[in-house]
Amino acid sequence: MRAPRLVLAKPGLDGHDRGIKVIAMALRDAGSEVIYLGLRASPAQIAAAAAAEDADAVGISVLSGAHLPLAGQVLQALRAAGVSAPLAVGGTIPPGDADALRRLGVAEVFPVGTPLPDAVRGMLALTGAEAAAL
Amino acid sequence: MTAPPGDGEPPVTTDSGIPVAPVYTAADLAGGLEALQERLGQPGQPPFTRGPYASMYRGQLWTMRQFAGFGSPEETNARFRFLLGQGQTALSVAFDLPTQLGYDSGHDMARGEVGRVGVAIDTADDMADLFAGLPLDKLSVNFTINATAPIILATFLVAAERQGVRPDALTGTLQNDILKEFLARKAYVFPPAPSMRLTADVVEYASGTLPRFNPISVTGYHAREAGCSAVQELGLTMASAIAYCQVLTARGLAFDRFAPRLSFHFATTLDLFEEVAKLRAARRLWHSIATERFGASDPASARLRFFSGNSGTTMTSQQPLNNLIRSTVQCLGAVLGGAQSIHVMGYDEAFEIPSEEAVTLSLRTQQIIALETGVTRTADPLAGSFFVEHLTDEMEARAREVLAEVEDLGGAVAAIERGVPQRWITEEAYRTEQRLASGELPKVGVNVHVTSEETREMELFQPGPGVEERQVDRTRRRCAARDASAWSQAMRRLEQDTAGGANVMPALVAAARAGATVGEMSEVFRRAFGEFREPSPW
Repeated sequence: MRAPRLVLAKPGLDGHDRGIKVIAMALRDAGSEVIYLGLRASPAQIAAAAAAEDADAVGISVLSGAHLPLAGQVLQALRAAGVSAPLAVGGTIPPGDADALRRLGVAEVFPVGTPLPDAVRGMLALTGAEAAAL
Repeated sequence: MTAPPGDGEPPVTTDSGIPVAPVYTAADLAGGLEALQERLGQPGQPPFTRGPYASMYRGQLWTMRQFAGFGSPEETNARFRFLLGQGQTALSVAFDLPTQLGYDSGHDMARGEVGRVGVAIDTADDMADLFAGLPLDKLSVNFTINATAPIILATFLVAAERQGVRPDALTGTLQNDILKEFLARKAYVFPPAPSMRLTADVVEYASGTLPRFNPISVTGYHAREAGCSAVQELGLTMASAIAYCQVLTARGLAFDRFAPRLSFHFATTLDLFEEVAKLRAARRLWHSIATERFGASDPASARLRFFSGNSGTTMTSQQPLNNLIRSTVQCLGAVLGGAQSIHVMGYDEAFEIPSEEAVTLSLRTQQIIALETGVTRTADPLAGSFFVEHLTDEMEARAREVLAEVEDLGGAVAAIERGVPQRWITEEAYRTEQRLASGELPKVGVNVHVTSEETREMELFQPGPGVEERQVDRTRRRCAARDASAWSQAMRRLEQDTAGGANVMPALVAAARAGATVGEMSEVFRRAFGEFREPSPW
């Protein structure tokens, strides 16, 4: 079985990339292939990368508070590109907004304070892979 | 003198990995008391280890400066008035992301971001509204702005002009440290080389026009927040300071002409003695760099003054009231380290823009430490502590090693262009997370003394309904009302000066006066310089 493939990115203008880079490193150490698109990635760029890389899951991180509009735009772009991989969202996300994100079609939400192993396990579960190493 | 660890026990170290012995004695003072005295000097005297001023807080308390900004200029103006009413002594402006990145509120890239993490500023009119009724000749103002710092300074100068305040009366600080944007904070726009030119244009312009204003704050804070250690924070900050000074002196500007107005910005986190040692070592290290490398002859050129921000990454969303205790310790560390101004984090800062209650408690934390604890009675009260002096020496020596590594890569700009220090920061952040996950690094409420209490309901700040629409509409009306020929003439001059290599500040001030928007002025730079993409972190 091939290693799980994940596309990670930061949409919007927010530059807080400590969390997503740490999660990218942990996912690599857990045996996945991570394609990190960096800052200010547009929804269309994220969708194109997810399609081109045949991603098993997509993760975005937003710490500016703009997670609802941005997640909506990314979901729309993924659907338009014919990508069925699930989307996870991390960042400063209040519980009420986490429910709203799930209603939009987001598969997993990792608010600030999520322990690293939980975030890694959650991302790998989205790809259908076992997190044996953890 | 480090005790060997017992069998199977991990060595005891500070947060940045400096070994700590069970006890320190006079034997740990390198070279004895006399040599120590030389490394310390007196407060207000070279090498300034003990503080930049002789009387320190007996002469003047630090400036209590809480960072604030959200929504429209009017909303932020109201928060400023509230803070001043609570006894705050200066202002500190947070800008929204479109303003930080040079987009007007009506730009496509700004959608959903207007007024969200700071105030939206499109024009000098907005800047005038931000300070309406607040006398700019009496209030010191700090601006957290970097990629668009010259543009925002221009709008501020026009706002002051409308209040009838002359530039030489203005006090405050422009962050204007683009290197740490590439390193850590990530609100960069243009590539490093032209960005360095813009930074230097501001410092050069200020050296002639703004004698009481700090045109740059060389900042280690964000690299620390992004994950690096205290040692790396100090080394990287000095590497950046050197890079700026090299660009300025290469223009033929005398070091003593601009160096007295350089200011610095450090994080103060929870490892109390290490943080105090870092701040003391920073002053000594800068003195050495300023005198030995740049030949400072004015003592003020080698006297490091700094702003301390408490660390947001030490705050937790679990048991959020614990953050009040964390920020109290951090504020105390900044005071014992000799800070000139301090921001204390709101206890709710892990998940929201601080509420009025939280920001008041932050200010009260500063006021209680200043007025009730007695720590302000004497300068540098920890001097002579065997442990603190040992740590101060270690911090300086280890920060010099980091600095040497950066210089081996060709200096701060070349190292950052290759992405090397960015990688150090991410690797250190990852190590910290692993240590938190394993429990090696205790965090109350997170991996120890965890309670099953429900997470507190967060109220994430939302810009008021219609803020974006109103701001877009107002800017559109203001643009329509401006004198078109004055505007196009000013924009042409800005294009010419940008292309021709002249200092851009006079043209920016003229353009801001003619009603040019932040987005329009940024677009001139975007066309001339292009935009930066970060190299892959792996």
